[in-house]
Parts: sequence; structure tokens; C-alpha cells
Amino acid sequence: MSYFSVRNITKRYSGHTALTNVSIDVPKQSIFGLLGPNGAGKTSLIRIINQITGPDEGEVFFDSEKLAPHHVDRIGYLPEERGLYKKMKVGEQALYLAQLKGVNKADAMKRLKYWFEKFEIQAWWNKKVEELSKGMQQKVQFIVTVIHEPSLLIFDEPFSGFDPINVNLLKDEILALRDKGATIIFSTHNMASVEELCDDIALINKSHKILEGSVKEIKKQYKTNTYSLDFDGYSGAAEALLPVGFELLDEQSDDDLRQAIVRIPEKATQNELLQAFMPHVNIHAFKEIIPTMNEIFIRKVNEASKPFLNL
Amino acid sequence: MNKTLLIIKREYLSRVQKKSFIVMTILGPLLMAALFIVPVYLAQLSDEVKKVFILDETGWFINKFENSERFNFEYLYTDPESAKSIMTAQNGYALLYIPKPDVSVPSSALIFSQKQVGIDLKGYIRNVMSKEVENQKLGAEIMKEIKKANPGFDETDDDTGAGNVVSEEILKNIKTSIKLTSIKIGDEGKEEKSYTEVSMMVGMFAGILIYFFIFLFGSQVMRGVIEEKVSRIVEVIVSSVKPFQLMMGKIVGVALVGLTQFLLWVVLTLAIVTVFQTAMPDKFKKAETVEKFNPGTRIPASADSEISYEEVEESDNLGTIIEAVESINYGTMIFAFIFFFLGGYLLYGAMFAAIGAAVDNETDTQQFMMPVTIPLILAIVVAQFVINNPEGPVSFWFSIIPLTSPIIMMIRIPFGVPYWELALSMVLLTITFIFAVWMAGKIYRTGILMYGKKVSWKELGKWLFYKG
Repeated sequence: MSYFSVRNITKRYSGHTALTNVSIDVPKQSIFGLLGPNGAGKTSLIRIINQITGPDEGEVFFDSEKLAPHHVDRIGYLPEERGLYKKMKVGEQALYLAQLKGVNKADAMKRLKYWFEKFEIQAWWNKKVEELSKGMQQKVQFIVTVIHEPSLLIFDEPFSGFDPINVNLLKDEILALRDKGATIIFSTHNMASVEELCDDIALINKSHKILEGSVKEIKKQYKTNTYSLDFDGYSGAAEALLPVGFELLDEQSDDDLRQAIVRIPEKATQNELLQAFMPHVNIHAFKEIIPTMNEIFIRKVNEASKPFLNL
Repeated sequence: MNKTLLIIKREYLSRVQKKSFIVMTILGPLLMAALFIVPVYLAQLSDEVKKVFILDETGWFINKFENSERFNFEYLYTDPESAKSIMTAQNGYALLYIPKPDVSVPSSALIFSQKQVGIDLKGYIRNVMSKEVENQKLGAEIMKEIKKANPGFDETDDDTGAGNVVSEEILKNIKTSIKLTSIKIGDEGKEEKSYTEVSMMVGMFAGILIYFFIFLFGSQVMRGVIEEKVSRIVEVIVSSVKPFQLMMGKIVGVALVGLTQFLLWVVLTLAIVTVFQTAMPDKFKKAETVEKFNPGTRIPASADSEISYEEVEESDNLGTIIEAVESINYGTMIFAFIFFFLGGYLLYGAMFAAIGAAVDNETDTQQFMMPVTIPLILAIVVAQFVINNPEGPVSFWFSIIPLTSPIIMMIRIPFGVPYWELALSMVLLTITFIFAVWMAGKIYRTGILMYGKKVSWKELGKWLFYKG
């Protein structure tokens, strides 16, 4: 059962169409990756979800209700372009933004105290935002995004501007939020973090949705039956060892160690490949090459932009 | 708490806590107080003894003016024309001419002079004359009371008086203000009236204040919008509230800042002037100002109402100014000021907010600012015509058209404006600002999320018709 769904959304601006008949379903308590190249329409979709703009066609459902203005207090949004009032004090500002999301002052204070301690920025409560480092500002921004304990969170490039240590801190927090029951929409270009965090994804390109599904399923679907084999102790051509139908895609060598990338024909198994090599070489490693999300992303986007190659 | 209220509160507090606000709040009253105090003070500086001729046709004030180290009074018993030539011939400082009054009690006098007469002299004349007239009136009242108490004392019947002592009401009734009109005698003995009418000044001052406030606080709205846009916080905020709420919150918050500043100015200016007077009462007594400023002895409006502001001239006298200001309908003036300030500010503030939303930084605002500020500047240019002819068609139309009415109407009000014109102007202004706010809301909503795009007027027009 999806907690949040977008049904056949179309959004047009004067010059172009930002979204064409896009539908997505976000299951409850999951992390949903919203992917796509720059200008694909992700931000338009996110703004529709936040009710900053409205769709021209289509509907949005939130927790099985039609999206309505009162839902904004249950949605937390971390925009890609971070922004805080530069001249305002950190604590005052966090309190203000929390109250704008409908949290009363006492609760907001309590929760802010908790988060400021957790992120070790209590000492900055009375500093102006402009005195803070970028990373610190990002932390404040993250806190004000989650302060009203929203059930739907939208993170647009949450890790930009963080050092690796803080990226880990943030990842843990995002996972913890999901485990506590939040549903998360996560928009990023960082495919490594998509693989690490997302349960499902949708890929949008040029206003169309071109791919969707669970990360596991998609990766399985895009497997090409390709394996890499590291070996040494053999000086002849690797191709000579291959059984019929097997295809050598690439071969590299580093000193004595050589690596062959082989595509196994349908119906054959990887064991046949091993059996063919074993008598002649010392095997160091053997593994299936699974396409990364990055490769899938690039491949799908390229396919979509050059449809004639796909025929 | 209501979200719009939260926004108003933030906008208000973040501005009144700024250094620039505090500095302005202190400097403003100092400047305004200086405008009151410096002329009074300067008048005290010259030290030669000046000769003042007096031609008193009433005979009430013979020997009432006493010579001082600054003035020598000399009484003439002739006709006004020869008195003038005597004054000119003897190089006197001024000629005080007290004509025989139409009614029973003298209440006005003319001062002829070659140079502008100082306020100290006028203050003194005013003081002496009103005291004398009051004494005479009091005498008459007491006579009346005596007659009442002893009916046999005189056969004249009088049924208007009441009470058996000199009541406060009587004291109020006898309170007299003297109208002094100065007339400068030109080099060739010609008379030219040296008008600096108080209504003119009050009107101009109010008009310019509105102009200034609209500009100052309107551009604060614009800068606030640009700041939110540049710092990108706007996207966070509009995911919590509607863009219209954010815009209105800002506009209302800044309006409250403006009103606060205005009220602080009024209060502080009065405080400074009062303190100054208390510290140096002798300097001001002659100018009859302590009395005027002290609310306890302030002349009630009813006693003043007989004085028409048009006849009160020579505005460099603090007492005169205040008298004239009092003679102008205070209630209308204050109500109109607040109404036209808010109306004009809302109209322009909304337009400024829309401009702020349409651009990426302050330097890009020029192309939009120009057309918006032209009506304001035009109003100030036209102000001169309006002052010279407050009833003319130019004055009428500019005070009805909403883009200029806040300024021009304020200038006209002290001269007296028919109520239907005032009402028409207010209704039109209200309709226009509602329309402007609605339009600005449309532009604002699209503009705040639009970056890196040079916006044209055509583009702004399109934004008006975007769907939510």
C-alpha cells in the first residue's frame, strides 16, 4: 500500500513541459529515490508535492487523502539550495521555522535542544547564521527540516556540502527516521548513496518517467551475465581458453595478474567458464559484474535521448 | 499561533532591533526638535535695542508694553499711513497696528516691518495683548456675577450666567488668542504680505513625510523579499506557508515598523521640546510656548475654533505654529495621515514586493523601480502647485488618483477639503491597493522561485495569469 502517490501529473510552464503524465508510488516507511539528470523535472515534482505549485493535470494522494493545504505540517522539505536568514540567530531562527510548521513553542524548544545536542552545536544557539561554517549551517537546516516530526520527508541532495564524517552521521539519521516510521523521498545525483539507502526509485528524464521499481529488481533486470576473472600463471591468449559461445569483452593486465571480462551465453553457466580456465591458470578472483545504479542511470538516460539507437 | 502572525512578528522584531532603526528613531526627533528650537534660540541672539512703534486704535493697550533691554516701545497717535512712514523714516524695527475691532474685543493686530519680525517680539506682543484682553473680559464676567448675585444692583437682566464664583468655564471662555499678521514693507514703501502659512507648512510636511515613509518602508519590503530570495530561504518558508501569507506578513510587519517609528518620533520630539523648554523657560516664555505645550493649560479646541488658520501667519513662531496646527482639524488630520500612510504604503509596498520577487538582486531593480516611483516623484513636483492653489483642478485630480493621492491629499487637508472628496479619494485608494496586493501576490508567487532569469515587463504580465 503506497503512503504517498502521484497520479498522472502534468505540469507545463510557458516555454516547456516540466512533467508529462508522471506517476509514482512511495510505499510507507521506505526511502524512495527520485532520480534524473538536471532539468528533468524533479524539482517541479518536489514543488508540487510541497504544494508550492500545483499540477496542471493529475492528482496527488497523501496517506490515502487527496493532498490538501493542511498536509504541509506533516511534510518536511530540505531543498537543494539551502537557505536560512543570514542575520538571524540560529536558535531563534530554528524556533521560528519550527513554529511555522505548526509546532508550539515549548515542544519546539524541547526538540531543538535534543537535536542541537545530538549534532553538538548547542554552543551556536546565539550565533548569527552567517558566522557558521557551511557544514554547520547544513546541520541547522537538517534539524529544521525534521523538527516537526513529519511523516513524509523530502531530501533534495542532502549530502552536498558535508564532509564524509557528517555524511555518515546524516545517513544514520535518515535511516533512523525511516525506522521510526517516516517515509522519505530522496532526490540525488549521487548513485552510490542511492544504492546504499533507497528501497525504490523512479528515474525521470525530460519530463517523462523512464524507469521505476525497487533497487534490487532493477539491478537484477539490468544484469548482463558478465563476469570478471582474475588470474595469473598463463601467458597465452585468454580467448583461446574460452568455451564456444563465451565472449571476451575486455582484458587487462597488471604485472603478472590478468583480468578477463567475459560474457556468458544464455543457457551456459559460470561454472563452465571456471572449468575451462582452471586447468591452465591460477585463479585469484571470480565475480559477477552487477551494473551499478550509476551505469543504469547513464544507460537509460542515453537511451531515452537517442531512441533510434534502441531499435 | 496563526502563521501569518508569526511572520508579522518576525518581520517586525527583526527590524526594530536593527541598529539603523534605533539610530533613525533617535536622530529623527532630534532633527525635528531642532526645527522648533533653533529658530527660537537664534532670535535671542541679536542684542541691539530695537525701536517698536505702536498705533493703538482701541486704546486698551496704552502703556501696557514695557521697554526692555531689547525693545523700546513708542506710542503714536496718528493714522496708519503716517505711522508707517514715521516708522520707515526713523528706521524703526516694527510698527504694531491694533485696529479698532469689529466686535467688542480686540483679537487681532498687524505688524508692519521692513525685515522679518523675530518671534520673541511677536511672542511678547501676543502675551501682553492676550493678558490685557483676558483681564478686561474677566472684569466683565465678574461684573456679571455680581449683578446676578444682587439683582437689584442693576436693572439689566441677564440669564446666561450660572454659578456664584468665577468658574473654570468662565476662565476657559475668557482665554484669548491674538492673531498677529506680519506685513513686510518693501524698499519703496510697498506692502507685500510675507506669507509662510502654517497650513502650507503642515500640509507640505505631512505630504513629504508620507512620501518619505512610502519610499523608506516600501523599499524595505523590497529588500526583504530580495534577501529571502537570495538566501534561498524562501523555498523553505513557502513549503510551510502560502506565498501570499509570506508577502502579506512582510508588508504588514514593515507597516507596523513604520507606525512605530512615526509614533516614537512624535513622542520623542514632544519630549525633547518639553525638556528644552523646562531647562530654559525664559527663552521660551516670550514665545508663549511653555503654556501651549503644557497639556494642563492647553487651550481647548472650542476656544480656538474661531481662529481660522488662513489668517494666522508668520510660521516661525512656535506658538503660532501650534495654534495653527490646533486650528486645523486634528482628528481628521491624524486619521487621514494614518489612513493615507497605510493605503499609500500598501499600494506601493505591494508593488515593491512584486519587484523584489521578480529580480535576483538589488541592482536589477532599476528597470522596474523607475515606472513605479514616477507617480511619487510627480506628486512631490506637483505639490508646489497644490499649495498655491489647493482647490484647483490639478489639486483635485492628483488628490483623487490613488497613485498620488496619499501625498497630495495630505497637503490639501490643512486647507480644508470637502468630505465627499476625501471619501472618494479614500475609497479609490482602498480599491486600488486591494487590486495591487492581488496582482503583486500573483507576481510574487511565481517570481520568488525563479532564478537566473532577466525578467521583462511582458514576462511579469504572463505571471499574472499563471494558475496556482
